[in-house]
Amino acid sequence: MPRRADVLAGLPQDEQDLLRPLVYTTNKFWIAAGILGLICVWGLISYIQQLRYGLGTTGLNQPEYWGIYIIDFVFFIGISHAGTLISAILRISNAEWRRSITRSAEFITVLVIGFGAVQPIIDLGRPDRMLNIIRHAQPLSPLLWDVVSIGLYFWSCTIYLYLPMIPDLAIIRDRGIKMPRFYRILAMGYTDTPEQRHLLEKIIGILAIVVIPIAISVHTVIGWIFALTLRPMWHSTIFGPYFVMGAIYSGIAALLIAMSILRKVYRLENYFKDIHFNNMGILLLLMSCLWTYFTFAEYLTAFYGQEAAEMRTFWDKLSGRFAPTFWIMVVSCSVIPFFLMCRKKTRKVAGTTVAACFVVVGMWLERFNIVVPTSVNPRLDLYNSGSYAPSWVEIGIMAGTFAGFILLYMIASKFFPMVSIWEVREGRECIAEVVTRVSSYLPGTLAPTGSPTPEILTSQ
Amino acid sequence: MTRWGMVIDLDRCTGCRACETACSMENNLPIINDEQTAMGRSISWMKILSQVSGDFPNTKTEFVPRPCMQCDNPPCTKVCPVNATHQAEDGIVAQIYARCIGCRYCANACPYSVKYFNYYEPQWPESMKSRLNPDVSLRPKGVVEKCTFCRHRLQKARERVRAENRPLAESDFQPACAESCSSKAITFGDLDNSSHRVHDLSRGPRASRMMEDLGTQPKVLYLKKEV
Repeated sequence: MPRRADVLAGLPQDEQDLLRPLVYTTNKFWIAAGILGLICVWGLISYIQQLRYGLGTTGLNQPEYWGIYIIDFVFFIGISHAGTLISAILRISNAEWRRSITRSAEFITVLVIGFGAVQPIIDLGRPDRMLNIIRHAQPLSPLLWDVVSIGLYFWSCTIYLYLPMIPDLAIIRDRGIKMPRFYRILAMGYTDTPEQRHLLEKIIGILAIVVIPIAISVHTVIGWIFALTLRPMWHSTIFGPYFVMGAIYSGIAALLIAMSILRKVYRLENYFKDIHFNNMGILLLLMSCLWTYFTFAEYLTAFYGQEAAEMRTFWDKLSGRFAPTFWIMVVSCSVIPFFLMCRKKTRKVAGTTVAACFVVVGMWLERFNIVVPTSVNPRLDLYNSGSYAPSWVEIGIMAGTFAGFILLYMIASKFFPMVSIWEVREGRECIAEVVTRVSSYLPGTLAPTGSPTPEILTSQ
Repeated sequence: MTRWGMVIDLDRCTGCRACETACSMENNLPIINDEQTAMGRSISWMKILSQVSGDFPNTKTEFVPRPCMQCDNPPCTKVCPVNATHQAEDGIVAQIYARCIGCRYCANACPYSVKYFNYYEPQWPESMKSRLNPDVSLRPKGVVEKCTFCRHRLQKARERVRAENRPLAESDFQPACAESCSSKAITFGDLDNSSHRVHDLSRGPRASRMMEDLGTQPKVLYLKKEV
């Protein structure tokens, strides 16, 4: 379409770079989308099979009541902490380097929550009675707290994604590069007047603060689902904070992977620079240290008490049937990310991406190591060998939900710029302001606003 | 207020599993095939746990019959999101099969592993179908079930004594397992009623509860060997 190409060519550089994916679609995109679509169909067929014959089609049994679905539930909701928490914290702390990464992070959050929230429903024996949770709500059940906090989280994150996108939607509407009616509706008549901009920034500022406690509550409650039972290695006060920390950790890793893919496929090297990967890598390093600390604290507490029921699960993890998954988890969550991220040389695109991939795999295994070993070692020692092997139905559904998330993310990148155009532009405009702000941290007289001259730093 | 409870004398239990069988028949437990049983999906509301100790030939086997403990402070009812498992006013922990959404949270919360899940639509051989107990509802696939102390018998007994205009006696309400126990290891009755045998047995020096330290306060008590 020459007209669109002309329009695009006439735009400022930022808009050209960031709107190009909305206009042009490569064959590779279609091939990838096709493959992912097929995997989704596989997942769907698996689920239909499960609906028809019952949960007997899974590998679940007694005492292994919860398996892949609950693992994926915890994992996906964990990944969703990428967007909101990271973008909100960076916004509040005025970290200027956030500008090009918040949008892609927020999209991960909103798109992955759905895939996470659907997992416990897939796991239900009677999904047809799902609404009983509302009709016969039993407020003391942590599952109910979960429904409330995830619902609240989903809507607040969606608003938190949508509002900062309005100026970009208005840009797309004004440039007329695509589906004018769709973007006219979405842009809600935004014209970027100073009043509108001021109001928008104010609301974003408030939302950024509000979403943080909501995000923390979500994974705390998920931790409590396990911790509030009397099961060995679940019944632990550390689980709330441990889950939140792990969620942020896996979220950062997922965001790093998304950034490095977006950077490559949409040629966004100017927006996702080494400095972004470096800074995110430092966050990853911090989280890997925290993860190691929390994990050590948890296992030491269990070990030191030497309670028989706890020790069965404990040794099953450390040296028993789950030793492979346990030690792969430790290596991928502690050792590899730590040694890759503690050196500036490897804190570049390739290094952070490799570390992030290990973290994502390691964090999935962590969820596995929480759910399964405790399940197969119930307190009542009547099963010599409770065991669990996921069936093809479970694997199909898991593959389908992973593919579904990636596919939705790809599709979203065709309709919405994955880097915030207006925030990057605003970043360029506010360099003077930042210099003033930084100089105000220092002793001496305050610089007059809008004079980014270095002399103010030495004027005293 | 009645507190239905059970006292099981471990010294008397021979491990004959008559209680398991009587329970399956009474409560319409589905017949699980060998393949599913090997996967750990068999259902046995009353289960004889056995523990072998010592080295051959000097081995010793101990049996512990395990019904639902009918806790006074049940960990399962708290976590149920839909109140499908709840404590009835007579203290029995009941399960509403028609409401259960099958999340299996209660099954995970129970320290005694008494909760069972219907992984498939329950099945019986053709010859058994006409012999199912009409007093006990059949469970569909996808819900959790467990021992109810044969509560349907209590309902029948109440109707009977009301018609006969007399108070409920100990012998009016006995669960299938207690009835079938050939060595009379299982005693059942109102723990708070001094005319019932369980009243004194549960207060005797041999009585203890399973995993007492968890604070679940089971209404099933075990009489251990006198030393």
